[in-house]
Amino acid sequence: MAMEEKKTLKVLKERFQDKIIETSAHFGDDTLLIEKDSFLEIMTFLKGKPWEYNMLLDLTCVDFLGQEPRFEMVYHLLSLPKNHRLRLKVRLSEKDPAIDSLTSMWENANWLEREAYDMFGIHFKGHPDLRRIFMYDGFEGHPLRKDYPLRKRQPRIPLSK
Amino acid sequence: MPTRIQKQAQKESLLLNMGPSHPAMHGTIRVMVELDGERILNSELEVGYLHRGFEKICENRTYFNLLPYTDRLNYVSPLINNLGYVMTIEKMLGIEVPKRAQYIRVIMSELSRIADHLTCLAAMAMECGAFTVFLYKIKAREFIWDVIEETTGARMTTSYIRIGGVRADLHPDWTRSLQKAIVETRKVLKDVAGLLNKNKIFLNRTRDIAVMTPEEAISFGWTGPCLRSTGVYYDVRKAHPYLVYDQLDFEVPLGERGDNYDRYDVRMREMEQSLRIIEQCLEQMPKSKSPLVATGMEPSQAIKSSREKRVEERIKLSPNLEGSEKNIYKNILTKDKRYIIPPKENTYTSIEGIISHFKFFMKGHGIRPPKGEVYFSVEGGNGELGYYIVSDGTDKPYRLHLRGPCFHIVSAMEKLIQGRYVADVIPTFGSFNMIGGELDR
Repeated sequence: MAMEEKKTLKVLKERFQDKIIETSAHFGDDTLLIEKDSFLEIMTFLKGKPWEYNMLLDLTCVDFLGQEPRFEMVYHLLSLPKNHRLRLKVRLSEKDPAIDSLTSMWENANWLEREAYDMFGIHFKGHPDLRRIFMYDGFEGHPLRKDYPLRKRQPRIPLSK
Repeated sequence: MPTRIQKQAQKESLLLNMGPSHPAMHGTIRVMVELDGERILNSELEVGYLHRGFEKICENRTYFNLLPYTDRLNYVSPLINNLGYVMTIEKMLGIEVPKRAQYIRVIMSELSRIADHLTCLAAMAMECGAFTVFLYKIKAREFIWDVIEETTGARMTTSYIRIGGVRADLHPDWTRSLQKAIVETRKVLKDVAGLLNKNKIFLNRTRDIAVMTPEEAISFGWTGPCLRSTGVYYDVRKAHPYLVYDQLDFEVPLGERGDNYDRYDVRMREMEQSLRIIEQCLEQMPKSKSPLVATGMEPSQAIKSSREKRVEERIKLSPNLEGSEKNIYKNILTKDKRYIIPPKENTYTSIEGIISHFKFFMKGHGIRPPKGEVYFSVEGGNGELGYYIVSDGTDKPYRLHLRGPCFHIVSAMEKLIQGRYVADVIPTFGSFNMIGGELDR
C-alpha cells in the first residue's frame, strides 16, 4: 500500500512537472501543493480516468497570518474505485484571495465554497451564488481568519421587513 | 433578509416558510419553498442557526481541553465524534492503544451508531404518522443509553474516549445491561419491520420519493447509509479499516433505488450488523486482569460510624469514575506517559505524580503533536466523519476542520424536493438524519 501511494505522487509529479510545487506524504497522507494557474487543469485531470478521484471529500482553508501567500486552500479528494485519498493545496495571496470555483465539477462544492467564503473571505470565480452560509447577512468580517478576535462582538441587526 | 428564492420567485407563486422552528425541522434549519398549489417549484435551505464557532473555539483550546466540544457535534452519537478526534491526534502522535481499549471503542461506537439510526428512523416514522414506531425506537434507545451511561457516566455528552485510550474500564455490570439492550433492540427492530416494511401508508410516502442516483450522490459527497442506499459500496470501516474492524465479520447493507425507503431500509439492516459486531467483540475482547470493583467501606457507612468512633478501615472512595484506578490504566490507556493524565493516586500522594500532572496541564506543555497536517476519518452515524488538523508544534491546534457528513447530505435537499409535493419534504428530510450540531458546527 505504502509503495503504491508513493507511486501516485511520483507519477503525478512527472506528468505535471513544475506545476506541482511540492509533494509530501506526512503521516501517510498524500499531499500535492500546486500552482494556482493550473488548478482547474489538474483537478479535471484527476477526476477523469485513469485516476478517478470522483468525490470531493472536503474543502477548506487555512489562514497563515503573517506569511505570504497568506491563505492555503485545502482539497481532499477520494477515489472510490481506487480507494485512495489525495490532498491538494493551493496558496493564495492576501491581496487577491481568489480561486476558480469547482461548482461545475462537484455539486457539493457549492456549499463548501460558500462556507470558505463565509469563514475566510475567499472568492470563488464562477460560483453561481456566493454568499454567507453560517453567518447572517450584515455580519462583518470573516470569523475564522486569524486576525478576527475570539470574543469580538457584532452590532445587533435591527429586525426589518 | 432577501434570499435568493425571494428574488427569483414568480409573481403568482406562493412562498412558504418551514422552520427554523418547526417540529419536523430537527434542530434548526429553514426551508423556504416556492409553491404552485402543492407542487414545489423551487426551494432554498438556510442553515447556520446552530453555528457555535466550533472550529474557532478549538483553535483556542489545548488538544486535551477541546475534547468535550466534540461531544456537541453529533449529539446523538457523541462517542463516535470523540473517537474521530482522538484517533486523528493518535495518528499524529503515533500512539499505540491497548487491545482492550480498542474493543471498548468499537463497542461504544457501534452502540452509538445504533442510537443514531434509531433516533433518525424514530423521528422519520413519527413524522409519517407512525407514533408507535417512535415510542418503540426511543424505548430501545433508552436501553442503549443505559449501557453507555453506566460506563461513561453520561447519556449524551460523554467525553469518554480519550487520547491514548478510554477514560475508564467498563462497568462491572456491563455485560448484563448490554445483553438486555441487545435483546430489546432486536425485538424492537423486528416489531418495527413488521409495522413499517409493508405498510401502505409508509410506503406511499417513501417509495420512489426523492430518488438519488449513485452518480449524483457521489457528486454531492454523500457518504454513510445515504450513499449506500444508492448502491455504492463505500464504508470507512471496510475501505480504510481502523481499530479492530478488519478482524470482525460484518456486512455492509446496500440499497437499490436510493429513495427514502432505501435510506430507511439500509439503516435498519445496518443496526443488525452493528449488533453482530458488538456480539463478536464480547467474545473476542481480552478480559480485564484487575478487579473492577473497588473494595472497602461504603462512604455513607463511614460517615455514620465516624460519629461514634474514628474510622480505621479503608473507605471505598474513588475520586475518579469507577474503573479508572491506577491498576486498570494498563488495560485501557497507552503506555506512553506523555499523553495521558497520571493516575489520581499518584498525583495526590507523590511528588513525581504531581509534577507529571502539572506537566500535562500547564499552559504550553501537555500534548504537543509534531508540526504538520493530518486527515483522519471514521464511519460516523451519517457517514464519513473526518477531522483535518494543522499543528504548528504548540499545545493548541493551529486549525481544526471537521468534515461533517450531514453538511454534504443536506446540501442535496434542494435538488431532491424540486417538483415534489410539500408533504414529501417531511419524510425526505427525516431520512437524511440532519443533526444541527454537526451541520452548523
